[in-house]
Amino acid sequence: MHELSIVSSIVDTVTESLVAYPGVRVREVRLRVGVLAAVVEDSLQFCYGVVTEGTPLAGSALVVRTLPVMAHCALCAQDVEIASIQSLRCPRCGSPATDLRQGRELEVEAIEIEDTEAMA
Amino acid sequence: MTTRIVELRRGILKKNDELAAGLRQRFADAGVLALNLVSSPGTGKTAFLERTLRELLASGSRAAALVGDLETDNDAQRLAASGAPVRQINTHGICHLEAEMVGKHLNGWNLADLDYLFIENVGNLVCPSSYDLGEKIRVALLSVTEGEDKPLKYPTLFNSADAAVITKIDIAEPCAFNRAAALRNINEIRPGIRIFETSAKTGAGMAEWIAYLAEERARVAP
Repeated sequence: MHELSIVSSIVDTVTESLVAYPGVRVREVRLRVGVLAAVVEDSLQFCYGVVTEGTPLAGSALVVRTLPVMAHCALCAQDVEIASIQSLRCPRCGSPATDLRQGRELEVEAIEIEDTEAMA
Repeated sequence: MTTRIVELRRGILKKNDELAAGLRQRFADAGVLALNLVSSPGTGKTAFLERTLRELLASGSRAAALVGDLETDNDAQRLAASGAPVRQINTHGICHLEAEMVGKHLNGWNLADLDYLFIENVGNLVCPSSYDLGEKIRVALLSVTEGEDKPLKYPTLFNSADAAVITKIDIAEPCAFNRAAALRNINEIRPGIRIFETSAKTGAGMAEWIAYLAEERARVAP
């Protein structure tokens, strides 16, 4: 259950970025999370409301985009999507997938902000 | 009222990753091989590390350990009996070690005086996988009492490991441990990973493990 720490880091990351956009309201925070990142969306959502309270992110929605594992298969000479993280093998030829190209991401992709009346 | 989308593309654990990168550089400069030991509670990380420290020290190597737990310094006391410098990190409820905690607890140690630095993580197979500690080698441990399918249940951790250690093989038989299945499952999650089958009690498999450590250490300090 380290999602609480993760959400705190999200708040820090977004708050720092907001320095460049004074007075705006955050409507949405969009994440990219790889399936090997060891983060559970339900837990993130559960913590999000509580942790963002009293911060510039209060009231915003958290949108999580889940990324599958992608590996480069040397035999097939192409990037392939790994369907199950219980078996890291190329879906085309069955060879072990050792060269992972995607799946561990844990990042804030974007935020949706709204100008407030106070700015006018 | 206008809304805008602002692209950030920022790693959520960027701060930890930056601190870990700094540690990795410090370890490399000092020629010390750093390892992060991760497993469930009760796998026998401490017993395995105790034996590893004793064997390394007996062969003239210089090794130290940081050990993470929520509370108590029991593990540090056990490990210190080996004669190696040991420090306890109490996380007070946090379920994993972070790079900042490691950095803080290295204060006063001259890393250049060490060949090996072991970081025993908090017993947990989920959360430590997200936190880089600057280690060269992440070791996932699994005991014969835990079930052969543990790697399938916790793929994120096993996939992030550089080496796997099976512990307590002295009691494999009474536990009806299916060795072939365990090796197969580890390989499904992390193809090609080095696997060591050990017993801290009898010393089985330790020679191979110590030899691996020496090889890896030679790579960081030729």
